[in-house]
This record gives sequence, C-alpha cells and structure tokens, in this order.
Amino acid sequence: MTAPYDLDDNSVVVIIGTGAGGGTLANELAQKGIDVVALEAGGRHLPQDYINDEWPSFSQLAWTDMRTTSGSWRVAKDFANLPAWIVKAVGGSTVHWAGASLRIQDHEFRAKTHYGEVAGASLQDWPLTLKDLEPYYDKAEDKMGVTRTNGIPGLPGNNNFKVMKAGADKLGYKNCHTGRMAINSQPRHDRASCRQLGFCFQGCKMGAKWSTAYTEIPMGEATGHLEVREHAHVLTIEHDAAGKVSGVLYQDKDGNQHVQKARAVCVAGNSIESPRLLLNSASSMFPDGLGNSSGQVGKNYMRHMTGSVYASFEKPVHMYRGTTMAGIITDESKHDPSRGFVGGYEMETLSIGIPFMAAFLNPGGWGREFSATMDSYENLAGMWLVGEDMPQESNAITLSDEKDQFGLAAANVHFDDHPNDIAMRNHAYKQGMAVYDAVGATQTHPTPPYPSTHNLGTNRMSAKASDGVVNKFGQSHDIANLFVSDGSQFTTGAAENPTLTIVTLAIRQADYIAEQMTSKAI
Amino acid sequence: MTVNAGEYTLNFVKTQSGNELVKLTRRQLLQRGLVVGSGLVLGSGFIAGSNAAWALEVKSLTPQTMATLVQMARDIYPHDSFGDDLYAAAVKSHDDTAASDAEFKTMIENGVAQLNSLAKAEGHVDYVSTGWEIDRTNILKSIESEPFFQTIRGGLVVGLYNQPAVWDKLGYEGASFEKGGYLERGFDDIDWL
Ligand SMILES: Cc1cc2nc3c(=O)[nH]c(=O)nc-3n(C[C@H](O)[C@H](O)[C@H](O)COP(=O)(O)OP(=O)(O)OC[C@H]3O[C@@H](n4cnc5c(N)ncnc54)[C@H](O)[C@@H]3O)c2cc1C
Ligand code: SF4
Repeated sequence: MTAPYDLDDNSVVVIIGTGAGGGTLANELAQKGIDVVALEAGGRHLPQDYINDEWPSFSQLAWTDMRTTSGSWRVAKDFANLPAWIVKAVGGSTVHWAGASLRIQDHEFRAKTHYGEVAGASLQDWPLTLKDLEPYYDKAEDKMGVTRTNGIPGLPGNNNFKVMKAGADKLGYKNCHTGRMAINSQPRHDRASCRQLGFCFQGCKMGAKWSTAYTEIPMGEATGHLEVREHAHVLTIEHDAAGKVSGVLYQDKDGNQHVQKARAVCVAGNSIESPRLLLNSASSMFPDGLGNSSGQVGKNYMRHMTGSVYASFEKPVHMYRGTTMAGIITDESKHDPSRGFVGGYEMETLSIGIPFMAAFLNPGGWGREFSATMDSYENLAGMWLVGEDMPQESNAITLSDEKDQFGLAAANVHFDDHPNDIAMRNHAYKQGMAVYDAVGATQTHPTPPYPSTHNLGTNRMSAKASDGVVNKFGQSHDIANLFVSDGSQFTTGAAENPTLTIVTLAIRQADYIAEQMTSKAI
Repeated sequence: MTVNAGEYTLNFVKTQSGNELVKLTRRQLLQRGLVVGSGLVLGSGFIAGSNAAWALEVKSLTPQTMATLVQMARDIYPHDSFGDDLYAAAVKSHDDTAASDAEFKTMIENGVAQLNSLAKAEGHVDYVSTGWEIDRTNILKSIESEPFFQTIRGGLVVGLYNQPAVWDKLGYEGASFEKGGYLERGFDDIDWL
C-alpha cells in the first residue's frame, strides 16, 4: 500500500514523534517498503520559516504545553513550568539542536562495571556494546554528514572557538578542534554549506545542519510508504484483549479525535512525553501503564551534568558570529576518578544572543553585577559543559496533578543532583574558567544549567526485564509490538551529546523491526 | 505571545521604543509638564525625557508611578549608556495591563507607595529623589522577594533586553541570514589573541 493510509489499516507501523529517533526510524522503515504513519504533535516548519530572533523562534518551535517540576534543581525554581527546552514540530528537537555528533565511548556502555557501585545511583551496563553499534554509527555519521568522518572536513573556527583553542593550548589540553558536527562544511546530500549565521538553535535557514524535518522526513515521504500527520497529538496507546498494542488515540488540529490502528507502535516523543504517554495509557490489564511491569517507566531521568562558563575580555570576541557550537575540548571526557567523580565531561563552545543571555545568565539575578556582564556582551566568550550524570531512580517523570490542554495529566519532572554530578560540575566550572583565565579573562561567569535540552533514560534498555523497560533493540520487555525509539532508551547518559546515538539506535531498530515483521514475530 | 515559564511570565512582546514613544518639542514639554527628581518630566497623562527626545503616554497608572517604575527599572538593570527611553519602553506594558486588571493596578500603585515610604524612612523625599543608586538598591533588596518586585524584574528580562535598540547598545547584531551570515562578515576576525 502507499500513503495515505486509512485509520482502520492495521498493517501500518505507527510512530509517535518525528524528531531524532522517530524521524529517522520513519525514513528507515519506509526505505524498506514498510508502511508508516508518523503522528507529530507540532506543525511543519522548514528553513524558509525559521526566524533569526530568539524569542519569536522559541514561540514558533518550542514545546510549551503544561509541565510541572519538583526537586532541588534550580530549574524548578526559575522555570517551574519549563523543565525542558525541546521542540514541538516536525523534526522535533533536531530543529533546535546544535549538531554536535559524538560517539559514546566503549567504557561508558559498561558504566556499572567500569565505575563500580556508586551510592545512590541506579547505574547499569547497557545490554549492548560499542562494537554492536559501530556499523550503525558509521551509517548515522554518513547520513547526517558529520564533519571529521567520511572524509568531510571540519568547519572553520569562529572567534568563540579561537578563544577556546588559545586557552586550551595554554592549559595543555591536547584535543581541541572544531568538533564533529552534523553541519555541512561543504555542500552535501543536496544541502548547502554553513554560512556562519549563528542561529543554529533557531533552526538553520541554510539547511546546512542536519534535521529530520528536511532530510529524513521528505526522503521517507518520497518512497510513498510514509505518511506524516502534523498537529496530531497522541493521547493514549490502545491494546487488545491479548495485551498487544493495537492503535493510538490522537487529536487533530480541529479538536477531533481519531484512532489509528497499528501493527506496531513506536514511541519517540522525547524522554518526558514518552513515559507520560505510557503512564497515561494505563488500563485494567496494565494498571501501572503500558510496558511498566518493572515499575521503571519514567524513572532514572537524566539530563546530563551541565553548566556554562562565560568570560569577559578586554577586547571584542563577537561570540555569536558563526556556528553556535563551534568547537570542543574532549580531554576531560575520560573516566579518571582521581578528579573526585566518576565519568567525564565535554567542553563545547556556546553562544546565546542578548535575549536569551538576559533570561539564562543568572535567572532571578539583578543589579550592577548582572548588567555589567550584559554590558560586556561584545567581549564575551562562552562554553557549555556537558557530562555524564548519575541515573537515580528518584529522578523521575510522573503524572502531575496539573492537566494539559486535553485534560490529561501533565508530566511532572523531578530532579535532584547526585553528589557526583555536583563534584563534576564544580570541576568543569574550574577548568572552564581556567581555559579563559589562561588567555586573559577579566571576569568569568559560572552560569547555572538551562532548562534541559538533553532528556534521557526514562524508558531505559536493560538485559533483564525487571531492570528496565525495553530490550537492546528498544522493544518493550512486556509487549512485543511496542517499541521505544528515542533518547528515553538510554541506560546511562555518557558524556557525549546524545543525538548521534539516538539516530544510530533508530537505524538499528529499523532492521530489527523489519526482521520481526518478516518472521511474523510481531 | 505569552509563555508561563514558572515564577514569572515571559511576555514576548517586542518593544521598539521608537514606535511607541512620542516625540515632543521642548517647548511643548515645558508648557505641559514639570521636572521631577529623576530627570523626567511629568505631565498629566504622560511622562517624558527632560531633553524632550521622547514621551510616553500613561493611561491607567499615575505619571508619578510610571516615573518611579522607570527609575526602578534602571536600578534593577543599570546600564549607564542606556537612555531613559529604553527603560520607559520596557515598563510601558504595565500601564496597559493595569488598564484591564484592577488587582494588578493596585499591586503596582501599592508597590510604588511602599518604595516611597521606605525611602522616607531613610530620610529621603521619595524613591526617585533618593540620590545614590546604592541607597535605592538597598530599598529594592528589602522587597526583592515580593510579587511587586518580581513582576517588574521578570518583565524587564524580556521587556528591556528584547529591544533591538538595546542590542545595538550592547553590540549584538541580531538577525544575520538576510545579510548572508557572518562567513564574509567577521566570524573569525579576532586579532588580539
Ligand atoms: C537548543 C538545543 C541544542 C541541542 N544541541 C544538541 C547537540 O549539539 N548535539 C546533540 O547530540 N543533541 C543536541 N540537542 C538534543 C537533541 O535535540 C535531542 O537529544 C534529540 O532531538 C532528542 O531526540 P528524540 O527523538 O528523543 O526527541 P525529539 O527530537 O525532541 O522529538 C520528539 C518529537 O515528538 C513529538 N511528540 C511528543 N509527544 C507527542 C505526542 N504525544 N504525540 C505526537 N507527537 C509527540 C514532539 O513534538 C517532537 O517533535 C539539543 C537540544 C536543544 C533543545
Ligand atoms: S551557523 Fe551554519 S549551521 Fe548554524 S544556522 Fe548558520 S548556516 Fe546553519
């Protein structure tokens, strides 16, 4: 059959969400001739629509449905209803993302074994290894056009990078370069090369940055085997008397509700919505939510250890000119417990404009110290610190007392830093400030974490059904035709930005789903 | 567009001072107003810069209240290179809100009255004529956890810093796609490292 598909067509695979995971999976399945209906809560915005202006872009793209927060993290105080900064649109958060594309390191897949027992952490080894993923990482890097792979040159360094590089050299760091970025440094795959606009977070108007919105999705649609329904917000997943998932209930733009039947359902709504959807789909057969016999749905929420360092200099830097994430220092991403914590972190350049700087530099802050930093904006350089945070069972997505616009329980996001996270952040702040001090910073500003951009772990994969939600292919331990296809599968967070691995897992999952369909296992 | 981000609401209005503030001649000003301590001119239904470069119509709050909010805005985010017009544009929306929300209006008028009585208690005439920034800042510190202060401060995060005129002052160049990005416009022009 070719798209579009009937609501009653129970031969289709339904994918919920079209971001890094869902968008990639949709294309991969469609390329194999498998019929796919992808339901996306947001609308379709393409490069010509993106806005080079932070707040208007945010209102165009961001997920701002009701959410609540709890826990001791500062975001719960400063942004109580905005725990995460992610996208509601075709393409999901790959519209916003900066493009940093790093492989998870071998030892990070074996966190429990390698780090040992960490009090208060629910560490586990992934049920797969780097070796298992290598062939798929290769495919993902090729698909996304990651610089410094497949013979693709690195991007040129902008001013913000040059400051970082000079500091890194002075400090003796050995691994500092312009990154592995899913941004074209030369035209590739019918997409233009980067013109250093400096608005990567607002959607790349050049289309130079890989996003499923204008790569995977249209490629999948061109096969005739993929139908993407926009403004289709999935409310619950339904199952039959045998306990297999049978379809999904969604609401369209006009407020009408429909049930789309399905042979299999793949959940890819990002790590807050995916577990919420499973929890909100509770039934008399599955009173704790779908796929939740382990009780692990929503648990072990990770957001990466993050923080930023901005530094003021005597002379202009103009950090906002050019790629937002323009370079990286990887020296601290090793596991070296002599630093006082397990796991490691990356240092990556980052720049935000005046509108976001005002909101995120020191939320709630005011007075001369604050405005002096704003006054030195032209002379600022900046970096983002991103490292492995410890999974903790108590950090969780649960159903809130607040309701969303459909009357369904909203997600509550609970987070407390683990002592390891705090020790790592303090180390990272110290090193970040040292990089800038080495090149003459006049002031350094250790800036607190923003609302979460990396949301992970809430439907984690595990070898044993009692330890997690899905197996090593993202298939529910409980329900064979239910899959999780986004970052919520991550067993642990690792130091690296997650999207390359999300895409890699989606490519691998597509092969597995195809096999399972051929063998009639699902 | 408004997004509820929690403790405060981010109001994504673009305040373009040039469009909203009226220009008056100095003569018109002197005819209509009187100069107050902060260097602003207050008239019936408006406040204006003493140099007559701009004026702001005030519909719901009193001109005295508006002038106090302008001073308070400067004290919360003091930028000595910014004219009062940028601060006036940043607090203007409170007058609009007060017009349709009586409870809000009361909170603002009471908040300003409280600032004035705290200033009096320290021996000053009122808040705007308290001479040193540090003295005004201390007054603000004593009420910083109150909804009045948080409303004004929270509103400034977007109201002040989302103005293109402010970006110019702070050296942020804004949208770049129309100009072909920075590839040929200095993305790597740093020369002092
Ligand atoms: C500013 C920013 C910068 C980033 N930079 C990087 C980077 O440099 N490198 C990196 O690796 N990662 C980066 N990330 C993170 C990256 O974007 C995410 O990790 C990745 O996109 C997550 O993929 P996902 O498939 O889990 O979810 P998403 O890509 O967020 O997609 C989820 C989709 O599901 C939809 N959806 C949710 N619920 C429903 C529902 N009930 N019904 C229908 N649709 C639904 C959403 O609307 C959304 O489109 C960044 C993120 C942000 C916000
Ligand atoms: S800097 Fe490059 S990747 Fe970023 S938005 Fe501009 S063209 Fe796109």
